[in-house]
Amino acid sequence: MVSQQDDMVSQQEDFGANPNLLAAPIKSPVDKFQLLPAFLKVRGLVKQHIDSFNYFVNYGMKKIMEANALHKVTDTIYLRYINISVGEPYVAIDNIKLTPQFCRLSDRTYSADISVDIEYTDGKGQHPTRKTSVKIGRLPIMLRSCNCVLNGKDETELAKLGECPLDPGGYFVVKGTEKVILIQEQLSKNRILIDIDGKGRITASVTCSTHEVKSKTVFFMDKEKIYLQLNQFVKPIPIMVVMKAMGTESDQEVVQMVGRNPRYGDLLLPSIQECSSERIYSQEQALDYMDAKFNFFKSCSIQLFITSFSTLKEGRAKSILTDVFLAHVPVKEQNFRPKCIYAAVMLRRMLDAILNSDTFDDKDYVGNKRLELSGQLVSLLFEDLFKTMNTQAVQRMNYAMGQSNRSGALDFSRYIVTDIITLGLEKSISTGNWDLKRFRMHKKGVSQVLSRLSYIGALGHMTRISPQFEKTRKVSGPRALQPSQWGMLCPCDTPEGEACGLTKNLALMTHVTTDEEEGPLISLCYSLGVEDLAHLSAEEIYANDSYLVFFNGLILGKHTRPHTFANAMRRVRRSGKIGEFVGFRTFDDFLHDGLIEYLDVNEQNNALIALYEHEAGEIDRSEITHIEIEPLTLLGVVAGLIPYPHHNQSPRNTYQCAMGKQAMGNIAFNQLSRADTLLYLLVYAQRPLLTTKTIELVGYDKLGAGQNATVAVMSYSGYDIEDAIVMNKSSLDRGFGRCIAMKKQTVVRENYGGKVSDIIVAPQRDKDGALIRKNMQILGADGIAEPGQIVRNNDMLVNKKSPLNVDKDLKTRTYKDTPAFFKGVEGETTVIDRVLIYTDNNEKMPIKFIIRHVRRPELGDKFSSRHGQKGVCGTIVNQEDFPFSERGICPDLIMNPHGFPSRMTIGKMIELLGGKAGVSWGRFHYGSAFGEPSGNACKVDDISNALIQKGFSYSGKDFLYSGILGTPLQAYIFMGPIYYQKLKHMVLDKMHARAKGPRVMLTRQPTEGRSRDGGLRLGEMERDCLIAYGASMLIFERLMLSSDPYQVQVCQKCGLLGYYNQKLKKSFCSMCKDGENMATMKLPYACKLLFQELQSMNVVPRLKLTEA
Amino acid sequence: MSKGSFTSALNMPDVPMGKLPDHLEVQRTRVVCKADAPIHTEGIQFSGAYAAVGVDNSNPLDKFKRDFKIDVIRLTKDEMEFDMIGIDAAIANAFRRILISEVPTMTIDKVFMVDNTSPIVDEVLAHRLGLIPLDADPRLFEYMSEHDVPNERNTIVYRLNVSCEKGSPRLTVKSDQLEWLPDGSKLHEVAPSYPGEQQKTYTSFSGSQLEVSRRALGVKHKDITIARLGPGQTIELEAHAVKGIGKVHAKWSPVATAWYRMLPEVILLKEIKGEEAKKLVKKCPVKVFDIEDLGNGEERAVVKSPRACTLCRECLRGESEEQIELRRVRDHFIFTIESASALPPEVLFKEAVEVLHEKCDRVISELS
Ligand code: SF4
Repeated sequence: MVSQQDDMVSQQEDFGANPNLLAAPIKSPVDKFQLLPAFLKVRGLVKQHIDSFNYFVNYGMKKIMEANALHKVTDTIYLRYINISVGEPYVAIDNIKLTPQFCRLSDRTYSADISVDIEYTDGKGQHPTRKTSVKIGRLPIMLRSCNCVLNGKDETELAKLGECPLDPGGYFVVKGTEKVILIQEQLSKNRILIDIDGKGRITASVTCSTHEVKSKTVFFMDKEKIYLQLNQFVKPIPIMVVMKAMGTESDQEVVQMVGRNPRYGDLLLPSIQECSSERIYSQEQALDYMDAKFNFFKSCSIQLFITSFSTLKEGRAKSILTDVFLAHVPVKEQNFRPKCIYAAVMLRRMLDAILNSDTFDDKDYVGNKRLELSGQLVSLLFEDLFKTMNTQAVQRMNYAMGQSNRSGALDFSRYIVTDIITLGLEKSISTGNWDLKRFRMHKKGVSQVLSRLSYIGALGHMTRISPQFEKTRKVSGPRALQPSQWGMLCPCDTPEGEACGLTKNLALMTHVTTDEEEGPLISLCYSLGVEDLAHLSAEEIYANDSYLVFFNGLILGKHTRPHTFANAMRRVRRSGKIGEFVGFRTFDDFLHDGLIEYLDVNEQNNALIALYEHEAGEIDRSEITHIEIEPLTLLGVVAGLIPYPHHNQSPRNTYQCAMGKQAMGNIAFNQLSRADTLLYLLVYAQRPLLTTKTIELVGYDKLGAGQNATVAVMSYSGYDIEDAIVMNKSSLDRGFGRCIAMKKQTVVRENYGGKVSDIIVAPQRDKDGALIRKNMQILGADGIAEPGQIVRNNDMLVNKKSPLNVDKDLKTRTYKDTPAFFKGVEGETTVIDRVLIYTDNNEKMPIKFIIRHVRRPELGDKFSSRHGQKGVCGTIVNQEDFPFSERGICPDLIMNPHGFPSRMTIGKMIELLGGKAGVSWGRFHYGSAFGEPSGNACKVDDISNALIQKGFSYSGKDFLYSGILGTPLQAYIFMGPIYYQKLKHMVLDKMHARAKGPRVMLTRQPTEGRSRDGGLRLGEMERDCLIAYGASMLIFERLMLSSDPYQVQVCQKCGLLGYYNQKLKKSFCSMCKDGENMATMKLPYACKLLFQELQSMNVVPRLKLTEA
Repeated sequence: MSKGSFTSALNMPDVPMGKLPDHLEVQRTRVVCKADAPIHTEGIQFSGAYAAVGVDNSNPLDKFKRDFKIDVIRLTKDEMEFDMIGIDAAIANAFRRILISEVPTMTIDKVFMVDNTSPIVDEVLAHRLGLIPLDADPRLFEYMSEHDVPNERNTIVYRLNVSCEKGSPRLTVKSDQLEWLPDGSKLHEVAPSYPGEQQKTYTSFSGSQLEVSRRALGVKHKDITIARLGPGQTIELEAHAVKGIGKVHAKWSPVATAWYRMLPEVILLKEIKGEEAKKLVKKCPVKVFDIEDLGNGEERAVVKSPRACTLCRECLRGESEEQIELRRVRDHFIFTIESASALPPEVLFKEAVEVLHEKCDRVISELS
């Protein structure tokens, strides 16, 4: 079977299908690299998001509108949608163009109006009126999509709009926060999957999805008999019954459809027998049988979609067969034949799998997966909301018509509630919850706040693929690296821990396609000689030399010469006549000429792809169909930062992928005018000395996140154990690893309506002119703290007063002080960087304070190289104590050599060598993945030669003198520059200790957590240690005295807790009503609480005291 | 060996008393750099280490005085290379360490920001200013301790007041735009209540600083970029420089760096002739070897300029490993000082000696 697939992840590859072409074109392997920048220029890094959103805005929306165009209240009263369009983003009130940066700063949604042209009749069903540009809501606009103001702007124009030219776009700005809709991974729809289910049964399942219906059809084999399982039936239906119900009454025809091979017949026999033992011979009987098995409750929701037959009781089975069973195969004029053939193909594949277990499908195979992009997800949301809006409009119209005392004509358009779409879209995108009852979709975390920790972090976030399974499942299959991921999904970039292998990332050049118009393609297939099945008998389908042609999961027909057909299709594609993503495809000039094409995972199976032209040696050259543009593109953006990743142990690359996202650096060109809640910036970020092609392509050389540190690999001082690094104090003095942490604190001037709002007043002074409160020092004359001021914990930020009453008369209105204070760490000197004041939609006036703190590295700060080698700063040593080389070079940091043997990060060593050669020659060396043959990575030999020419040892080891003793060190030291990243984990944000402090109100035990100045818990295991040791007094002190000691009065008679009467100076038992046998004792407050809680549940805990 | 005549292992008739055998002499005076690692790096400190062979390993003062030598190889305004011969590594290292961290300089330490709308934030700007070497002789100034008031003897005041006009191209602020204020700070602690009122400023100079220093106290390098201003951005600040040492912060370090290396010695253990010699000459990237014509058509390799050797060990690679020995002379230091402060390197070195001297004095006085 040759299958012609639909659209999916495709990758671009060089082409040289026939030997003649191969002989001529590609000049040298390095040349083809030129394609890469050109490709990314055309496409951008997150084109898949933008493309899919554009498709939704330009086509998807119209399709949804057309499918739901007419809404009738009665036959004559209707509302019809004629056209739909999305405008440019602008501010709703003032008609100013919205810019994304403005939205980010002022907590607005970057959205544009959706307007429709409608036609409707009035309340009497007359006077059809047309209205154009009726606004039905606002659609959040994806940045850099076709409706975005940034679309097609050059660098200067972007700068004017306050936007970073390197920012990829592809996300939304909702209520001031940037939201990415993650790519969702899904099992391919409309594809037959043969698998074994939980009970060990062989199943063939198809997840069908059309515009109207989504359903899952499962065939399974139980005790040699095959059944159909559908949610709409209470019990599985024997397969022969289903075939009969669809009109294929003759058993022979069914067997013919499955195939003439007698073995198929044998396997089908039990099923046929079962059917006849049920005495079902005709279509009628079959349908009756199925009607009886109908599950009424489960089908209710489906009923919504069933229009034609749902009213007839006896037609239910038939309607399900038409609309739910294999829903993607259309039934035209009651002709069930295509469905029969499809079902037969499913059966045949099942039987094949029984006969030959190799033909089972692999669910984890990338070709069996589809990626759902933001456009599709927004489209689902929109469809749901659009329908809700229309139903409501109809309902309200209905209601309005029922009202007797109405005056004038009814205007249908007035019943369209625009908020439904606006708020619905905004809510879903900002919470990430896709709760669509209509499509039975309940997904959480679909959208996420775009991580702006580093530029690479943001890029990596845009290419992330959210898994289809829940993370908790302990399965290894879906987590494993699939060979079919080659070139599509990055093999390195996946998180550690529970989501390992499930959350994936796109490779650098992966393209995710949007839908393609089907009609023309189908006719093209027919004209290329595909024979329509409708004209064929069951016998002919599996005639010896015929092959089925599938199209988007649909059987189009058969073809007798599959190779000719496939080649013809390819030729058409290469000539640019049909979309480049029809399974395989071509870009711009090259694409049009058919020199480059995108290959789909499934087509990759039928191609022989070489990495380099000269590699072809061992294989027959003529067999090679394609050449990869660059092997480095099989990694993703984040993994692309690693120099020489192919020399590292693979988990190290994965670790680096996680850490690259936490590295501080420059975030965007507009980083200083952003107002993020938390922003970490490196003061002197550098471009890596040892770079890769990916780094240049994604712009990491402009927005770096690290510094080239001269590293000596040696042990020093003993403070470098367990990956700790020793840092040079002078380097730190000169700015190495210095970073800026910016935090946001917002103070809102409330508005209580009716022109009553908080007021902000100048700092009050006493008669000598001194401030009445000391912490008002940083306030300006307007009562708001001024930028540039040093702000300490508890300093006043806004001198605000709130009204106590809402008197109209300003004289009688009284206010109370409600100042806002800065909450910082005691002893830290931070500075107010900026103050942003604006009014939001509710006439409130939020004031944002961006508070800046410049930090130099300190003991315990975390650093890492680009090879998954993280370490904390173990000690800081003066420069004069550091070793120095014959040339006076003194390392910036010292790394312990024990970091190498077990980690096997050879890439790091080559980076050091390359970096050293790079600085001595004044140029950048490359270390792209698998780049040695193509010249995109320098060979170690060449680097060594470069080093020798500059008088260094070929091995990169230098002769160092001890800074302390002054004598030479007893070994040559491997020393040179390595790009080091400073990670966001800093001691300053984490260190915590307390002697005494706040307690929890309920239990009177110390609070938990650093943010609440909590205590450090002596947990169960620690307690066990103390018990084992016999340190009973210590346990007593920790668990009672230092925690929640409490004195109680216990009645020795009844054993319950009493109380102490302060007036009578006597304890008293409220149970026994006397104060006789009272005793005083200490116990943890939590214990007393437990007793009382038990009492409240009618359980009496009684204490029996003995003399201690 | 016959029974009666007992011979001591130390009795080596071929070695004259009072002289070490060759291999020990090499061990005593040289660091040998083998292909895999250097050996004998520590040296032998004990004065009686060779007493048994009658060799005195001590270094008495008169011997030191006689042998100690300094040859200046190269001296420019900011850089000096000199040979320090006949001294222990510990002392040479002491000078290096003192140069880096204990010779004082004047450097900007406090910055009073009046206005800063540049993209460089205040703290970073202050940090950058601190790292600018000033052309002020630290010997003319005193240290300022915590309770001192800033005066003309301990503080130098600079002002930076630049702005980039709206509509003009971007402006690069260079270090020469720091303006020296010989009369002290011009910033008032509180705004004057009437024009011309004598107000307290951040310094209390009793006179002009011109009396302290005859030279104008500018910056050392005029082309250090401090910041770049976009149209409409301004920097206005006052920077106060004080005396300090590199131990506290690298900005007070008077040198870019100061270091030494031991004098290389390249020994040909065997005669290398013909093709091999040519190969060897080619191997060395810094041309340590040369070819000597022996007449009669034979050529042999000779060591021409061992001083240039960078110890790349290229000549030890391959078959020539046994033929060549790379050594360092233990008591011969090629010292380099790169000055990054007002004082020229030779003065810095004298200062360093002075610091060491003072330290010694202190030790002596503490001990007595
Ligand atoms: S070590 Fe290197 S520089 Fe020194 S002599 Fe040998 S080859 Fe020349």
